[in-house]
Amino acid sequence: MWDMSHMVFMGGLWYALTIIGLGMTYCIGKAFYDTFLDKGKDDHHH
Amino acid sequence: MDSALIPKGVKRCPTWQFALWIGAAGAVLLWGVVAMLLCWFKGLNQTNMNDSYGFALWIWADLAVIALGGGAFFTGFLRYIVGKDELKNIINYAVLIGFICYSSALLILAIDIGQPLRGWFIFWHANVHSMLTEVAFCLTCYFGVLTIEYVPLILENRQIDKVPFFHRLGHNLHEVMAVFAATGAFLSFFHQGSLGGVPGVLFGRPFAYREGIFIWPWTFFLYTWSAAACGPCFTILITWITEKITKKKLVKQNVIELLAKISGWMIGTYIIAKIIDTWYWAKVTAPSAGFNLMDFYSNNPFYGIWILILEIVICGVVPAVILISEKGRKNPVALMTGIVLAVLGACVNRWVMVLQVMAVPVLSFESWAMYYPSWQEVATTILPVAYGVILISFSYRYLPIFPQEQELNPEA
Repeated sequence: MWDMSHMVFMGGLWYALTIIGLGMTYCIGKAFYDTFLDKGKDDHHH
Repeated sequence: MDSALIPKGVKRCPTWQFALWIGAAGAVLLWGVVAMLLCWFKGLNQTNMNDSYGFALWIWADLAVIALGGGAFFTGFLRYIVGKDELKNIINYAVLIGFICYSSALLILAIDIGQPLRGWFIFWHANVHSMLTEVAFCLTCYFGVLTIEYVPLILENRQIDKVPFFHRLGHNLHEVMAVFAATGAFLSFFHQGSLGGVPGVLFGRPFAYREGIFIWPWTFFLYTWSAAACGPCFTILITWITEKITKKKLVKQNVIELLAKISGWMIGTYIIAKIIDTWYWAKVTAPSAGFNLMDFYSNNPFYGIWILILEIVICGVVPAVILISEKGRKNPVALMTGIVLAVLGACVNRWVMVLQVMAVPVLSFESWAMYYPSWQEVATTILPVAYGVILISFSYRYLPIFPQEQELNPEA
């Protein structure tokens, strides 16, 4: 069942999903921390 | 009425005028939605697809918008990976256009599969020996990437930006955008390629079949190449149309010319590869299957040799020559002619590789199979255009898409 095609396809899919997932987790997590937990720091800038 | 939502320092039309404009586009959208619901509730008998045409107008539209939406991944690649900083002034719009193109492609596929409730089968019961499975995987992931690239733009809306969490989220997304852009380029390379791989591996259809390297036919690389070449031209074309409608200059000419120059070189190199591919196919691949070149272009009411000349010479060589030369880029008429021809070239290529492939007789007792789309197919193909107009209109009105707009229109 798990031949080379499965490994390449599912491997590629989860490789991309992992990068996207980790990237979004970092962005949302950091925004949450900076906004609600790290009240002393104000990096409100553009 | 909605002035609190409009970006600072720019001028927008009155609300009533905007509502009228959206109403007109909405009527077209509604027509498409009616046709879409007919296809979903009554089934694919609403189309003129048949045993000869399992792929029809929708798949052409799908492939065309995906190729033209390639402007997003290639401009992102140039901006974030290669480091062409000037392109920051058009990247927002490229992302928005890409987002519209890819969401449209997914919508068309949702109609085309006939039974959308089983759309998830392609992920769960994946046929890993099919090029189209790879397309489905990459397309969905890349749409996710495009959404992530579009979200910071929404977060920059004047009112949303006031919320500290959203402001910081937008800032963080900008910070790591290069990672998403690189992932997008990786995904786009493969799904654009696999779409080209679909006709290229059809060894039972000598009009489409191509040789290649390992599992990839040459069409795999030609599709990715042409999408990267013609996608930015579509971004420039839509920018130009937006400028005409809004009666404003929105992007500086040096940015447009830079993107046009890169596109020109991409089209030039692509078309050389395409000519070599066509020549080898006509002289070696097709004759080895018992066909001559003119077998594919005669004895039918539509597909003459003109379509090959249109695709390769008029919509390939001509735009490449115009966009590569500085004189061509500096002349507004020549520039837009080159841009329009390049966009048309990508659409004709996809038409030929989807519909002419279906039309050409394969067996000696077969004749040409011609096809005319039903109104439901036409309406559902126009639906994404209306949807695109609406999304662009809202984004242009409420989001700071064009960083140079204020500078270029100081009287506002």
